[in-house]
Amino acid sequence: MATTAHDKGEEGTRRDFIFVAATAAAAVGAGVAVWPFVNSMNPSRDVLAEATLEVDLAPIEEGQRITVMWRKKPVFIDHRSAKRIAEAQNVDLGELKDPQADADRVQKPEWLVMVGICTHLGCIPQGQRVGERQGDYDGWFCPCHGSHYDTSGRIRKGPAPSNLEVPPYAFISDTTIQLG
Amino acid sequence: MAGGPARQYNNRLVRWIEYRLPIFSAVEATIGRDMPTPKNLNYWWSLGSVLFLALIIQIATGIFLAMHYIPNGAMAFDSVEHIMRNVNHGWLLRYVHANGASLFFAAAYIHILRGMYYGSYKAPRELLWIIGVVILVIMMATAFMGYVLPWGQMSFWAATVITNLFSAIPWVGSEITTWLWGGFAVDSPTLQRFFSLHYLLPFVIFGVSLLHVWALHVHGPTNPMGISARSKQDTVPYHPYYTSKYMSVIGLALIILAFFVFYEPLFLSHADNFIAANPLQTPPNIVPEWYFLPFYAILRSVPDKLGGVILFGASIAILFLLPWLDTSRVRSARFRPTYRYFFWIFVLDVIVLGWVGAQHPEGTPLLIGRLATIYYFAHFIIILPFVGWFERPRPLPESISKPVLKSGAAATEAAE
Repeated sequence: MATTAHDKGEEGTRRDFIFVAATAAAAVGAGVAVWPFVNSMNPSRDVLAEATLEVDLAPIEEGQRITVMWRKKPVFIDHRSAKRIAEAQNVDLGELKDPQADADRVQKPEWLVMVGICTHLGCIPQGQRVGERQGDYDGWFCPCHGSHYDTSGRIRKGPAPSNLEVPPYAFISDTTIQLG
Repeated sequence: MAGGPARQYNNRLVRWIEYRLPIFSAVEATIGRDMPTPKNLNYWWSLGSVLFLALIIQIATGIFLAMHYIPNGAMAFDSVEHIMRNVNHGWLLRYVHANGASLFFAAAYIHILRGMYYGSYKAPRELLWIIGVVILVIMMATAFMGYVLPWGQMSFWAATVITNLFSAIPWVGSEITTWLWGGFAVDSPTLQRFFSLHYLLPFVIFGVSLLHVWALHVHGPTNPMGISARSKQDTVPYHPYYTSKYMSVIGLALIILAFFVFYEPLFLSHADNFIAANPLQTPPNIVPEWYFLPFYAILRSVPDKLGGVILFGASIAILFLLPWLDTSRVRSARFRPTYRYFFWIFVLDVIVLGWVGAQHPEGTPLLIGRLATIYYFAHFIIILPFVGWFERPRPLPESISKPVLKSGAAATEAAE
């Protein structure tokens, strides 16, 4: 800042004040001007509008796994058998990387609903279709970087940091759920 | 880039322009008669010209491809096939563009290794080196976004995996990925912004490369001996000596490019990219283009998500620190008996990482990848500082011309 002849004491001059105030105003103005550009890259209204989906569970047999698309993401719905429910429930939480009880991940034990996207780098884990690798824990296996998920969709082995995400959903009747 | 002695031009139009905008003398002082250049530059110094050529080829073919391409998730894949089948010479433009990217990276990597062997990054050329690394980073972003545009399976899943790297950022990761995607997954909005940026960034590269050339011409290029040019005897004018030398290399680069374009246009591509993008089906093995394989191997060798992303970024960012990690004051590896071997081990290590990057991340390749990753960083953080400290360099010659002439000193005297 320019030192002028008026500048004698420790305190700044009026000119200094104007200089700081103008710079601050310009900085705030620049920030405000940038925001619309940045925000234009966020999801648009039509994308946000496709946010809910109803799924009829009645035709899904026990032991069957189906995939539905919700918000352009695959959602895995698993009609779990009693054996798999028991496997999911009888796990010592201490040995989990992302400890979470099976009861906290399902609303009804026979229906497991989760976003079918590996929490590592976004691949679709295998295990939905008959004959695909289900990993070492009877759940899902991600082929990209080798993450294993168990019958509750919890990460057991591999680089993924957390369990498969459970989306917000509600039973709107005994055999129908609404996602989102 | 200005400067140099005032030149008298005979052509009146040239004189008229030169008086108002001294562009002719500026060019001559950069790549012409008025640019004194060390006379011992070998062919490894020619890659800058090849890189400039590659950038021009990419921009030229890209502009014409963009006239036919449709950046929309529903139409992109078909529009690329339209370019291949219906557009006049569309196949040629696309194959030159796709293989031109490989030429660009091959030349860039050789250019960088040249700099590492001959210590081109050392004072006073640190900023020149840093600008070069900035160009490399922009090049990588451009190439990645360009690879997404055909919207095949590899395109889609490469976009998914790479944008998900940002989800490893603590707290705001998922907000950032949603913002990058413009949705809740990779989709049309993502494709359209990638197209926009893919068109923009080459021009940014062009601008930054002008800064690179500007910085280069402040102290001039290094040379295989790594000592500064002292007298007129050590230099020759850039034109015609190096223009002609580099033209021959440009010819060779074009022959190699033409070989791939006309005989093996798909040699470097993946069969999965002939399948249209399917968000429900991940290909069995996601593999990036060859020029990203070493970095991809580093990403996959870390068993932790955030850790992998950090090392992935660090593997490139560490190049920024190279001028300060190398403690030796001798530039050229010719006079560094120990560093010389470590340089070639480093090259081998990067090749091993490239091989690992193409394998399934399990068993032996995973183990080799981890060891090679450790060595990659050890080269920069441990080997370079220590070798510079204990290595005893060979004596440097007094001047560039001395070892060439039988008796450099005598020749100087005779000239005087």
